Amino acid sequence: MGGAEGVKLLDEEGRRLDGRALNELRKCRIEAGVLKNANGSAYIELGRNKILVAVYGPREVHPRHEALPDRMLLRCKYSMLPFSVPDRKNPAPSRREVELSKVIREALEPAIFLEEYPRTTVDVYIEVIEADGSTRVASITAASVALADAGIPMRDLVAGVSVGKIEGKLAIDINGIEDQYGEGDMPIAMMPRLGEITLIQADGRFTRDEVVQALQMAREAIAKLYEEQKRALKEKYSRILEEVEGGEVVR
Amino acid sequence: MSERVHTVVPAPRREAILSMLKRGERVDGRRADEYREVRVETGVVGNAEGSARVSIGHTKVIAGVKASPGSPFPDAPDKGIQIVYAELIPMASPIFEPGPPDENDVELARVVDRGLRSSSTVKLEELALVPGKHVWRIYIDIYPIDHDGNLIDASGLAAVAALLTSKIPKVSVSSNGSLVMEEERVPLPIGDAPVFVTIAKIGDTLVVDPCYEEELVMDARITFAIDREGNVCAIQKGGRGSFSADEVVKALDLALALAPELRSKLPPFPQ
Repeated sequence: MGGAEGVKLLDEEGRRLDGRALNELRKCRIEAGVLKNANGSAYIELGRNKILVAVYGPREVHPRHEALPDRMLLRCKYSMLPFSVPDRKNPAPSRREVELSKVIREALEPAIFLEEYPRTTVDVYIEVIEADGSTRVASITAASVALADAGIPMRDLVAGVSVGKIEGKLAIDINGIEDQYGEGDMPIAMMPRLGEITLIQADGRFTRDEVVQALQMAREAIAKLYEEQKRALKEKYSRILEEVEGGEVVR
Repeated sequence: MSERVHTVVPAPRREAILSMLKRGERVDGRRADEYREVRVETGVVGNAEGSARVSIGHTKVIAGVKASPGSPFPDAPDKGIQIVYAELIPMASPIFEPGPPDENDVELARVVDRGLRSSSTVKLEELALVPGKHVWRIYIDIYPIDHDGNLIDASGLAAVAALLTSKIPKVSVSSNGSLVMEEERVPLPIGDAPVFVTIAKIGDTLVVDPCYEEELVMDARITFAIDREGNVCAIQKGGRGSFSADEVVKALDLALALAPELRSKLPPFPQ
């Protein structure tokens, strides 16, 4: 781990391999409403990560016995496309993808008024087109925009960031190399307006104080992602408005 | 992909549990920060390299370690391989169904795996037999046999106890490069060892070591794996609810306070 394997993740000035400061996010761009067939969709680029999310529903549950009498059934599938990583990934769901689909679903559920739509389902399909670290949290950031784009009533959006530990220091939004050679990874997702944590995981080693500090760093980074989420949603509607005012028929 | 297991607590029962918690009482009479009685028994399966049966209250889990020589992964040619598998078998609870592992089985195994890896419980770098060719593969298989809540902590404890008491054959390499298993057995190389502590959030209350009925009504849970020095070496949040940052830190402090007591139930480190 870490310096032991001879990969230097911080230079003398404390800059990371891609030139970022420890508390600096990679460039992030989100677009809402990018697919025709889905009820809602979003695309996110976070550094070299490229992720598409489609939302279908609320719709009837198939198979029917899975329907819940008191709330909506949220289903979530996170997958990495075979060419999204350096060595081809087998398209069959891996155990990692099975677990991430579960924790991503549980990160989104607190934000949705599930009880307003009993006996229905909403399906969230996440396809990682290109991966470079922190894909689960980037997926959550995009998925909540796609849910909002689908018009699903929500308490708040959900945005996520990972806090890594590289050469003994906490770093926000770690990329693939930092994940591979760093000393730890703590993905965190929050409802930014409500300040509630909907996902937290960690591997590596963190002291108590580092956990406290990571939560604070995540909160600051998530506030920035929240602005980009809102910008993406507003842009979609201003696009529609322009089309309407331009005299085009909008269906 | 979806929640397979839906179990509903009758509304009056749920309300009773919540109003009891407001008075500081839990369904089984415990305080919020009180763990159930923990028992750890090792060496329960003669054919396994190491094994343990753990009970936390009525929850029972059995874990076994098997080791066999195999090829290394190409990206880690000089390291042994650790494989954690967990299966929620129908014997343990009416809510578990037969069939291939679903997301709950996979999550349980992966959380335990992360805690073990992050604390170097098994020193994989000491398990190469012929670097690049032959390494030990260490299989840790976890089977809950009676489910009354908090399977993560019980599984973690069982896995660690089984590893701490595992003995693998001594191996020598013959002149033609083949492996020779000797009669003599040696303990697994052990680095640190985590204990797992799970805290459930029910309404506004945090309770440690939730029993099954508490898990049914909880909003969310959070698990911390804590190493010998009190570092956090894995975290996992689960469930449909959320935690404030303060609640996460409070839960962590509860976990840190309970970790030594749980650790005292583990067998001694080898040597």
